[in-house]
Amino acid sequence: MSKSLSSCVIKLHQEHHALEDYQGGVPRWCNGCGDNAILAAMQRLCADENLAPEGTVFVSGIGCSSRLPHYMKTYGFHSLHGRAFPVAEGIKMARPELNVFVSTGDGDCCSIGAGHWIHALRYNMNITVLLHDNHVYGLTKKQASPTSPRGFRSNTTPYGATLEPMNPLTVSLGVQGASFIAQAVDWIPEVLYDILRAAHRHRGFSFVRILQRCPEFMPKAFDPWLHDPQRTQLLTHRDGLQLSAAIASAYRNQREHDPANIDRAREIASLDDPIPVGILYRNPDAPCYEDLRHAGQLRAPADIRAGLEREFDKYTVWPEGHAEA
Amino acid sequence: MTQTATLAAPEIIRPGPRPATPISEAIVEVISDSGEGAQRCGQSLGAIAARMGNGIWTTEIIPAEIQPPARSVAGASGIRIRIGSGHVTNGGDQTELVVAFNEQVLLGRVRAGELKPGAKVLLECMWKTHRDPAVVVSYMKTVEALLSDGFEVYEIPMEERCRELVADPRKGKNMFVLGILCNVYGLDDELAREQIARIFGKKEAKVIASNIGLYEAGAAWAEANLDFKYRIPAQKSTVPQIVVNGNTALALGVMASGMDICAMYPITPATSASHYLSEAFEKIGGLVHQAEDEIAACAFAVGASYAGKCAVTITSGPGYSLKQEVIGLAVMAEIPLVVVNVQRGGPSTGQPTKVEQGDALSAIFGSHGDAPKVVMAPNSIEDCFYSVITARKIAETFGMVVVVLSDASLSTAQQPFPRPEFSESWLAPPVDLTPVPPRTLAYDWDAVTGLSRRIQPGRPGGMHTVTGLAHDRASKVAYDPAINEEGLRARSLKLAALQKTLKAPTVFGGESGDMLLIGWGSTMGAIEESVTRLRAEGLAVSSMHLRFLQPMPSGIREILARFRYAMTIEGNWSDKPGDELIDEDNRRYSALAMLLRARFLVDIDCWSQARGQPIKPGDICRATREALKRRGVQS
Ligand SMILES: Cc1ncc(C[n+]2csc(CCOP(=O)(O)OP(=O)(O)O)c2C)c(N)n1
Ligand code: SF4
Ligand SMILES: [Mg+2]
Repeated sequence: MSKSLSSCVIKLHQEHHALEDYQGGVPRWCNGCGDNAILAAMQRLCADENLAPEGTVFVSGIGCSSRLPHYMKTYGFHSLHGRAFPVAEGIKMARPELNVFVSTGDGDCCSIGAGHWIHALRYNMNITVLLHDNHVYGLTKKQASPTSPRGFRSNTTPYGATLEPMNPLTVSLGVQGASFIAQAVDWIPEVLYDILRAAHRHRGFSFVRILQRCPEFMPKAFDPWLHDPQRTQLLTHRDGLQLSAAIASAYRNQREHDPANIDRAREIASLDDPIPVGILYRNPDAPCYEDLRHAGQLRAPADIRAGLEREFDKYTVWPEGHAEA
Repeated sequence: MTQTATLAAPEIIRPGPRPATPISEAIVEVISDSGEGAQRCGQSLGAIAARMGNGIWTTEIIPAEIQPPARSVAGASGIRIRIGSGHVTNGGDQTELVVAFNEQVLLGRVRAGELKPGAKVLLECMWKTHRDPAVVVSYMKTVEALLSDGFEVYEIPMEERCRELVADPRKGKNMFVLGILCNVYGLDDELAREQIARIFGKKEAKVIASNIGLYEAGAAWAEANLDFKYRIPAQKSTVPQIVVNGNTALALGVMASGMDICAMYPITPATSASHYLSEAFEKIGGLVHQAEDEIAACAFAVGASYAGKCAVTITSGPGYSLKQEVIGLAVMAEIPLVVVNVQRGGPSTGQPTKVEQGDALSAIFGSHGDAPKVVMAPNSIEDCFYSVITARKIAETFGMVVVVLSDASLSTAQQPFPRPEFSESWLAPPVDLTPVPPRTLAYDWDAVTGLSRRIQPGRPGGMHTVTGLAHDRASKVAYDPAINEEGLRARSLKLAALQKTLKAPTVFGGESGDMLLIGWGSTMGAIEESVTRLRAEGLAVSSMHLRFLQPMPSGIREILARFRYAMTIEGNWSDKPGDELIDEDNRRYSALAMLLRARFLVDIDCWSQARGQPIKPGDICRATREALKRRGVQS
C-alpha cells in the first residue's frame, strides 16, 4: 500500500467490498512512481463505490502504467500498445453492465493510440479513462513522448526534444462528442480521488489526464509544481470539485469554473503554468454510443430464427407447387 | 469528319423465323458503363433462370473506379451469367453472347480474350448516329473489326426504343436488355415479371409498371428482329433454394452462427457483407460497428469476444495486414475470434476489385512469434454460409482465432443452394455468469489437448487479468523458460486437438491415377469441371479440395500416394519454371504447394494464375495436359 493512501480516510460500506478485495499483487513500479498513487485512488474508489470485483474490468495498453490491471483484483485486460480503447469499447458494447476502466500512458494514448483516442472521445461510451501522463516512455526506458517538454533529453533526443509537447486536454476538448475532461496530479491524492470519483459517476467517456511522476526517468520534473502550491490552480464549482478545508488552505490558487462552459474549459486547458486541476468540462447529456446502438439486448434464439427465415424468404426459389410466402 | 459518310453501315440485322435450339448451357455477358444497370440486368436473368430450375453462376465485372469515364475500355462494368441444365459451379471459359451498351466497354472484353470466337454480339447502335463524329467513327470501325474477326454482330436500337417509353433511357435500358435475353433463352415470362416486381418492390407501382414495359419492349424487339433462340432445359429443384452471392452468404452465416457483433472498416471487396449485415443483422439485435480503422475493428471484436459475445471482423488484404498484431493478442490470450478475409489482389493496395488467393500464408503464419490459428476456405457460395457457423463454433470451443478466407470471386458470384434449415445448435451459448469454483486457474491447460475453460468477466471468483505477455496458468505475467514453453505447447496442441476431429478430404474423379489436382477456396468448381473434361479425354486426372488449410486433415498423405503426380491449382503467384533465372533452388511455389511439400515431402508441382480473374476450367485443362505431357503422360 502506498504512503498517500494511508493519509486517506477509508470508508468501508457495510458488509460490502473492502479495499483488500481490489488489491491484487504487489505493484512492481519504482519507488516514488506516481502510478502507485493512481492505483491507490482507484482501489479506494472501487471500494467506496462498492463496485463488484467480478463486474469490473480494467483495460490497459502497454507501458509501466498499463500494468495497473494486474494490481487490481477485478477482471483485467492488459492488451496491446495503443489499443486499450477499442478493446474496452468492444467489452462495453458486448456487456454494457460491466464497469469498464482504461489505464493508458502518454505514449500509449497520445502517440500509437492517438487515432483510437480521438474516436473513443467521439463514441462517448461509458468508460472511465486514466491517462498516466509522465511525459516520457517509461517501460522502454526513456524516450521522448508526445507530451515531453521541448528540450527534454532522452535516449532518442540526446540533444533535446525538438517539438512542442502535445496538450491532451486541448486535443480532447476539440473532439465533438467529448463529455468529460479533467486533469489531476498524482501528488494530491485527495483531489485525484475526488476527480476520479466524479469521472466514474459521469455517464459517458470520462477522460482524466493525470500528471504522473516518473522518478526513474524524469526525476524532479514536477518539483517546481510540487514545491510551490501557487503553481497549481484548483478549479472549483458546485457542479465540479469541492475542496476540503485542508486542501483549500494548502492550495490557495483557486478558480471558479463551471464545467458546462466549454469555451472557458478550452481556455483553461491551454494553460500550463499554473497547472489547472479539476473538472474542465462535463456534459451529462451527451449520448453514449452503446445506448444509441442499443447494446446488451437480449436475443432469444426464436428471434434469430425468425429474422433469419425472413432473410431467407427474400432469396428463396421455391419448388413447384409451393405457395410462396 | 467527312470520313464518316464513307463508312457504309454493315448489314447486320437478320430477322427471320426462330426455332428454339436446345443447348445444355449458355455463357452470357451484359456490359455497360458503370451506372447503367448491367449487373442488375444480369442478376435478374440469373435469378429467373434459377427460379426455372437452371443451374447458374454469375460473375460481376467491376471497374476499379467508382465512376470511370463513360465509353472507356477500362470502364467496363457488367456481369457474366452462366446458365446450365445442371448444377453450375463456376463462370466457365468464354462468353458466347454479349450485350454491350457501347463498343468501347465491349472492346475491353474482346481484348481480354473473354469472348468465344464467333460469339454473338448485341450492340447498342445509338452511337452510329451520335452527334460527335469521332464517336461515330469509333463505333463503325469497331463493328467492322468485330465482323472481320468473325463475331456475329447484331445492332440494337436500345436507346431509341427505350426513349419511346421512358424519359431517361440510360436508366431503363437494362430492363429492355433483360427482355431481349429472356426471349432469346426462352425464360419464363411470368417469372420475369415477378422478378422485376421484386427488384423494384420498394418503389411505387408506377416504377414497376414502367420497368415491365421496358422488359416487354425488349422481348418484343427480340422476337421480331433476332433469328436465333435457345432453350436450356431445366429441372426444377424439389427443395427450396436460395440465391445469394458469397458476401451475402457470409453475412447470413454470421447471423445464423449466433454471433452478436461484427466490427469492421470498409474495404473492397469485403464491404458488401457488412452493408448487408448493417441492415439485416440489426433487425435481430446484432450490431455492426464501423470502427475507425481495421486495428480498432479487430480489437473491438476481441474485446467483445473476451466479454463473452463471440465477434467477427470482416476485411480484405490490407485490413488483414493491419489486424495481425491484434490477432496475435487473441491467440496469446486464447480469446475466440472469427476473422473473415475476402481476399483481393495484393500486395499493398493491389487490385481491390479483383480476385486473388494471396493470403493463405499470411493467414497461417501471420502475426509474429508462434501464433497458431485455424484457417479455412469456403469453396462455394453455400460453403460461405456454413463456414462462418463452423468458424464460430471452433473459435469458442478451442478458444482460437479462426480465419475464413473467401475472395473477390465468391464475394459477388451468385449460385443457388438448398435453403438452410436453421438449427439452434448453431447458436452460441449465453454468457456464463456462474461463480467460478475456488482455486480455478484462468488457463487450466489440459495436458493432452491444450484446452482450457474460459472465464468471462461477470463470474464471481474468477477475477484475473488476461495479457498478451507470456503468462502462467493463473494468467500471471511470467518469463520463466518452462512456463513460456508450457503456454506455447498448449496453444499449439489445440490445433492438433481440432485436427483429430476433421474428416479426411475426398477425391473427385478416380481414387487413383496419373495426376491429382489440389486446390483450396473458390476454385473448386473450375477445378472439378476440368477434371470431368480431362477424364472424358481419357486422362487419369482427379482432384482434392481442402477446406481446412490449418490444420490440415489426416488422409492427405494416403491420397497423394495413390497418384503418380500432384499439382496445386491456385489463384496466386508462383515462379514460372521457364523463366531464365528460375530453378529448383529458387523457385517460389504457390502457397498450398509450399505447405504440402513441407508437410508430406512429396514433389508437388503448382500451377497458378494471378491475373485478377477467376481461374477458368479451360486454362486448368490446358495446364494439366501440359504438365502431364512434360512427364510423358498423354491421353
Ligand atoms: C507495437 C508496439 N510498439 C512498441 C512497443 C514498445 N513499447 C512498449 S511501452 C512503450 C511506450 C510506453 O510509454 P507510455 O505509454 O508513456 O507508458 P509508460 O511506460 O510511460 O507508463 C513502447 C514504445 C510495443 N510494446 N508495441
Ligand atoms: S520507469 Fe517511471 S513510470 Fe515506470 S515504474 Fe518507474 S517511475 Fe514509474
Ligand atoms: Mg509515459
